[in-house]
Amino acid sequence: MRFIPNFKGFDFFPHDLRLPFMRYRDLATILSIIAMAISLGLFLVRGLNYGVDFIGGSMIEAQSKSGPADIAALREQLSKIGLGGMQIQQFGAPTDVLIRIEQQPGGDEAQQVALKKVIDTIGDKFTQRRVEVVGPAVSSELRFTGILAVAAGMLAITIYVWFRFEWQFAAGVIVSLVHDVLVTVGLFSLFQLEFDLSIVAALLTILGYSVNDSVVVSDRIRENLRKYKRMEISELLNLSINETLSRTILTGITGIVVLLALYIFGGEVIRNFNFAMLFGVLIGTYSSIFIAAPMISYFGVPREGGLAEERPKKAAARKTA
Amino acid sequence: MFYFSRWKIVGIVVTLLAGVLVALPNLFSESTVATWPRWLPRAQMPLGLDLQGGAHILLGMDSNDLRKQWLESLRDDARKTLVNDAKIPASVTIRGNAVAVRLTRPEQADAAMRELRKIQTSIGSPLAGSLGNDVDITRGENGIITITPTEAGFQQRQTNAASAAIETINRRINALGTAESTVVRQGRDRILVQYPGLQDTASLKKLLGETAVLSFHEVNTQLSVEDVRQQGRPPAGWRIFPSDEAGGPAYLLRETPVVRGDELVDAQPGFDQQNNQPIITFRFNQQGARKFGRFTQEHVGQPFAIVLDDKVLSAPVIQTAILGGTGQISGNFTVDSANTLAVQLRSGALPVKLTVVEERTVGAALGSDSISAAKTAGIVGGIATMVLTIFAYGTFGIFACFGLLVHLVLTVALMTLVGSTLTLPGIAGLVLGVAMAVDANVLIYERIREELRNGKPAISGIDAGFNRAFVTIADSQLTTLACAVLMFWLGAGPIRGFAVTLTFGIVTSIFASVTVVRLLVWLWVRAQPQTRSLEVPV
Repeated sequence: MRFIPNFKGFDFFPHDLRLPFMRYRDLATILSIIAMAISLGLFLVRGLNYGVDFIGGSMIEAQSKSGPADIAALREQLSKIGLGGMQIQQFGAPTDVLIRIEQQPGGDEAQQVALKKVIDTIGDKFTQRRVEVVGPAVSSELRFTGILAVAAGMLAITIYVWFRFEWQFAAGVIVSLVHDVLVTVGLFSLFQLEFDLSIVAALLTILGYSVNDSVVVSDRIRENLRKYKRMEISELLNLSINETLSRTILTGITGIVVLLALYIFGGEVIRNFNFAMLFGVLIGTYSSIFIAAPMISYFGVPREGGLAEERPKKAAARKTA
Repeated sequence: MFYFSRWKIVGIVVTLLAGVLVALPNLFSESTVATWPRWLPRAQMPLGLDLQGGAHILLGMDSNDLRKQWLESLRDDARKTLVNDAKIPASVTIRGNAVAVRLTRPEQADAAMRELRKIQTSIGSPLAGSLGNDVDITRGENGIITITPTEAGFQQRQTNAASAAIETINRRINALGTAESTVVRQGRDRILVQYPGLQDTASLKKLLGETAVLSFHEVNTQLSVEDVRQQGRPPAGWRIFPSDEAGGPAYLLRETPVVRGDELVDAQPGFDQQNNQPIITFRFNQQGARKFGRFTQEHVGQPFAIVLDDKVLSAPVIQTAILGGTGQISGNFTVDSANTLAVQLRSGALPVKLTVVEERTVGAALGSDSISAAKTAGIVGGIATMVLTIFAYGTFGIFACFGLLVHLVLTVALMTLVGSTLTLPGIAGLVLGVAMAVDANVLIYERIREELRNGKPAISGIDAGFNRAFVTIADSQLTTLACAVLMFWLGAGPIRGFAVTLTFGIVTSIFASVTVVRLLVWLWVRAQPQTRSLEVPV
């Protein structure tokens, strides 16, 4: 231990800072509602750019055997084989292309036939790097389990928070979770990014991160409720958010740095996944400060003996004193 | 109390050493590890197909096909038991989802029922007790008896068909090469084939997709196919089979084959000595050879048909009786297709038609690209995290970084011990786990700073920081754990790989980021000169 130099870290955070988060509570609530409404609208009107996992069909990632891929020529060539709904785009490096074939009518075997046609057509100029074919039965199962996983995740978290704290905390958490998932889905709809199984994993992780943040704030709220029995609730919430703010920001920065590294260097295959996670860290931090905590003030918090009775009791106590 | 007993320290150090030993082989290539002494752990984390390249093919069993097959065999059994063995005249046909028996003399119904019960078997195991019969036999008016398959009976058939199919697939794949492929049943009617290293799946799918039911049938020489088509219906027991070639002639064949492919003991690709065309030579078992011999003896000068998957491959004329039980099949083969068919025939027929319902293939090149991308991302992310942590928390930040390394080593060690595969989303989970572990240290150190700001003396401030933060850490880790477990339970493919590493990351992070870092801080406190004002480097 003597070889390790003693030096203090750089405590960048002004700890006496008291940002008036709760003053913007209503503004944040309105903003969040608008963001959720826009996301829901986008989801319903514009829809999601589902990957083959959820709508079935095939996907081929191919690499040109010589030089950059000539996408126009490829498109021309593939349009001749008479398959409906094909998308061809560049994917990462200029030599790489991604070909998506919509689900063909005629069940599982029809997908294999379509795939074979495409591979036979491009085979002499491209090598396959990745092939995914999902038939109609499997895609509808994956859709179902995907929705189930996100719903079950939200439910499990809510029950846990309810069990560990009070129902007001759980209510705040579930509202912020719904918000996070909805807004992330809205973002994917807005940019029409491919939405596949890995994005469901990202959504679940965002849930985990968001609730992690909320739990840290909630823990502090609970602690402060015991410590400052007379403090006004919105002031107490504000204090708790501020006290945990240095941690919230530092952890957020670390998370973003790590995810940025993954986003930039982690390769094309998991890029969308990392994008979702990056966004999730931001939205999760926002929602635990501006949604989960304010919800507690909307619902009120039972203090020792209950919130409702507290004031009259105190008044009575003062009188007898 | 802020104190570590000697035994606790020994426990921590032993855990660390064990973790390093178990995780170590993953840093080296397989061939290097193979030269290590016996007593060292040599297991490595298996790489997922997305990292090493390979094919993942999910096959669906055709339930309708299975049902149809069962009805056909029920019909044949009923006909044999009733008409051939018990000499009770009746017509036996398939009606919808059941076999209908119409007795020529309705008064024989009691006897017929008695005979038909012989084909009924009860399902169940000695442990679970009886689950009823595989078929229901009900007696109707006017000498009509209906044999209906039960759902329990069908499920049993499905299970049997799945295990038979898995065995056949294994035999077929092993004939292809020596890759470490796995074939497992998934759900009720699916079979998952994982074949590392394979990129071109066309031949594999062909090998898996065809049932390869070979049979030898008698050809009707009295009636031509045209006659039957004009009459509308073939005579009872006969059926029209199409040719294997597009546009080839159809044949009227006896439905029940003379010999079936399951009586083959060998099949090899070869060449016809006269025209050098690819052919397949085969050999029957004793029983098959006897049946085939008797049939060819009785039908010299007449054609017989070789049928594969209900399509006629060829219908040569029998020149002389074939008594040795060997023969050859010629058809429109290429060297490749003869080879594939020989493999299929050797491995036995698939009991049911299989279709590819999901396919995911990753080329080895993309796999290694992914690995190197993940390496770069991991190193950049890891260094950035460490710099950030040391910058924010000074000397204690160095301890936290050590905790992070321990966390990573132990997570990898756990995965190696359990033998769970490392996938690309799994690597993302690993990296995210590191970020979560940092959070634990951030919580602790921020808390220590807060306690110190509030005027607590150094030692008790550190102690309170660890203790108070622990509740929060446990809460937040447990909620994330709940998410990860759900992902694993409900998730498919990429979600599972991610969930596994995330789970292991959470499990180890309490030990690595709390216990180990706490020990380091304690050692640091002991090493400081005993003065009243201890400056905490956080």
